[in-house]
Amino acid sequence: MHRARYVLLVLPFVGTLIPPIYNHARPALFGMPFFYWYQLAWVLVTAALLGIFVGVTRERRNG
Amino acid sequence: MASAAAVLSVAVLAATALGFGAARWGGANLSQLEEWALGGRSFGTVVSWFLLGGDLYTAYTFIAVPALVYGVGALGFFAVPYATIAYPIALVVLSRFWVVARRRGYLTTADFVRDRYGDRALEIAVALTGVVAALPYIALQLVGMRAVFAQFSTLGAAGALPALTIAFVLLAAYTYVSGLRAPAMIAFVKDALIYATVIAAIIVIPAKLGGWEHVFSSAEAALARRPHPSSIYLAPGQYFTYASMAFGSALSLFIYPHSITSVLAARSREVIRRNAALLPIYSLLLGLLALLGYCAVAARIGANDASNVVPLLFARFFPGWFAGLADAAVVIGALVPAAIMCIGAANLFASNVFREFSPERSPVRTLVAKLLTLAIAAFALLVIFFVPVPFAIDFQLLGGALMLQIFPAFVLGLWTRWFHPKALFAGWACGLAASCAMAITSGFNANYTIHVFGGSLTGFIALYSLVVNLLVATALTALLRARRLSGGLDRTTAADYA
Repeated sequence: MHRARYVLLVLPFVGTLIPPIYNHARPALFGMPFFYWYQLAWVLVTAALLGIFVGVTRERRNG
Repeated sequence: MASAAAVLSVAVLAATALGFGAARWGGANLSQLEEWALGGRSFGTVVSWFLLGGDLYTAYTFIAVPALVYGVGALGFFAVPYATIAYPIALVVLSRFWVVARRRGYLTTADFVRDRYGDRALEIAVALTGVVAALPYIALQLVGMRAVFAQFSTLGAAGALPALTIAFVLLAAYTYVSGLRAPAMIAFVKDALIYATVIAAIIVIPAKLGGWEHVFSSAEAALARRPHPSSIYLAPGQYFTYASMAFGSALSLFIYPHSITSVLAARSREVIRRNAALLPIYSLLLGLLALLGYCAVAARIGANDASNVVPLLFARFFPGWFAGLADAAVVIGALVPAAIMCIGAANLFASNVFREFSPERSPVRTLVAKLLTLAIAAFALLVIFFVPVPFAIDFQLLGGALMLQIFPAFVLGLWTRWFHPKALFAGWACGLAASCAMAITSGFNANYTIHVFGGSLTGFIALYSLVVNLLVATALTALLRARRLSGGLDRTTAADYA
């Protein structure tokens, strides 16, 4: 678990820096092509991952 | 138009009053440098969120990102992955830097480099890089303001200059008086305006254009018909360019002096960590704003200067008073980061250049930093008067490439003392030279095409020159270590980073 939590910080790079995986029109969401809503979704996912990371490391220090 | 101008004027005056009023915030003694320049290192999670948001998401961002999408299509959307992956980097790097900076009282990145490597040349190199990279950034905030003022004048950009000068003189005055507390307080107004405007724009404008589906399809058709056709999707040849621009920009975002200044103003390490998770909310906003670029294409907004796309869009779709609020959001959104950039650059110059050349290395006097802030603001204003805008944008891209050259000395230095300071200096110099050479040969493009193994790869100049920098620093360090040359004195201890 000690090092495993750093995976949370690496995931956003994998998710956003390989354009071929998301450079598509479909599936669209609310009329927005996949390319756009997928990358916007990663903003929220990253915030959540960082929130978990911060929460986990705080518990470790207190405990 | 008159109602928009009235709303804009009132908002700018209100921000100015707040800026001067900030001097009384917390009853601080502003003759102390830490109080003036870093708000007494006292800001909690909420104030830091507004300050950092106001600092990183500038008016220029809100003008330039939609303008780029309007101009080049999908490639311009790189700002979104950039503003996403910047935060895991910030979380790791800045929380470590904050700890050592608090423990040893650093005001700048160059303060750390001086202590860590005991090398004056490296300290001054790091400081001057920050100052030089900050100047075009400040100038670009003025470009954002000018785009707004210009629409109220029949003379266009030239007619905007008096209003621009007045706004900037006010900014310099309250920054001189109140220091970092001024932009911190105005940031609340800035963000309220920005959020109100963007949310309204994102709901109203696409709806009036027949929904997102229609916006995207008509933008795709219009982009394909242009003299230089582009698309709302990336061409396979653009994949590497897209990723390298996002990654290179994310690496450099938090080493700019204005980011560091806001970070060091935080009360605790926990404030920085929490903000790394909370700040991406602004990136969502940035992404939605970027899509306004397509709304402008779909609405057939014709702008001879792409910077005017967003103000024109507001003027077309909003009633006068609301367009005025949106304009105020852009102008105040420029004033906040410009103030922090002036303070950050002044801190670097006062602490790490001015003092290094003063006879007895006395502590920095607050007055010196304050006067330098005025000088830097004046210089940025002169840049806007005399340098044509496309050049200012080129210099900003080049500034990002320069900024990234302190990455090995500063960021890697937070974890390892393996590198030799002379090798880091040589790497920095080679990285700068490589950036300038690539920028000139590519005609001041952000990207450069290298030819390897019979293929070609177009990527962000900043990232290529960082590779040059790292190769030189690593090879020279290995050489100097083999010869057992002294690596300079490290004044920090392991306990300083814990």
